[in-house]
Amino acid sequence: MEGVPVITILYFAWLRDRLGRSSESMPLPEGAWYVGDVIRTLAERDGDYRLVFGPQGGAIRCAVNQEFAGPDDGVREGDEVAFFPPVTGG
Amino acid sequence: MTIRVSVQTAAFSMDAERARLMQGAHEAGGVGAFLGVVRGGAGLRALTLEHYPGMTESMIGRIAAEAQARFGLLGCTIIHRVGRLGVGEPIVLVLCLAAHRAAALDATAFVMDWLKTRAPFWKREEFEDGRTAWVDAREADDAAAARWARDGRAG
Repeated sequence: MEGVPVITILYFAWLRDRLGRSSESMPLPEGAWYVGDVIRTLAERDGDYRLVFGPQGGAIRCAVNQEFAGPDDGVREGDEVAFFPPVTGG
Repeated sequence: MTIRVSVQTAAFSMDAERARLMQGAHEAGGVGAFLGVVRGGAGLRALTLEHYPGMTESMIGRIAAEAQARFGLLGCTIIHRVGRLGVGEPIVLVLCLAAHRAAALDATAFVMDWLKTRAPFWKREEFEDGRTAWVDAREADDAAAARWARDGRAG
């Protein structure tokens, strides 16, 4: 995979339970790439990914490099993109 | 102004934290305090708190700095526990040190409202019968945080 730009994707709480993993790498295609593109790519996968990231999925929040982000925020090589449910601390 | 943020599994001593916060703060007039504990009922046995290491600390630090600037705090301590906590166990401690009562109490409420909506923690409930379930976010928490949105949002 030398030379192929990737991002790291993290999953927390019920997303991790449902997907059965806490992280993975995703290769970045050429050109501008946004959080919304990452979500669409994940939703196009089979099974649990489609359930989690598709239109029937629950409420999901996103952070890029540990800052809250939305579908229009850009994603670059080496970024850490996290998906999780709305927070329930305190 | 001292800001102390800790995300930890270990228990904490509210009084030791208060003493630490007040050390040398001769101009202080009071400490606003909130201690959150695991609320029982409906067969709940324990909560397990998960967080996003790194982002959690930076968001909490930002909330504390925002509270300090907005209310003129002399110091702020925020401790949030993670891991498995039984009913009645402390989860979160917020201490806000100020010259006057209103600032100390308002800042404490401000920090709690923002913690509940901006800090990446998630609670999983564990019941007596062995069932587990992730807690849903409450719209009421968003509404509580929104009342502080005078000039933008924390974080």
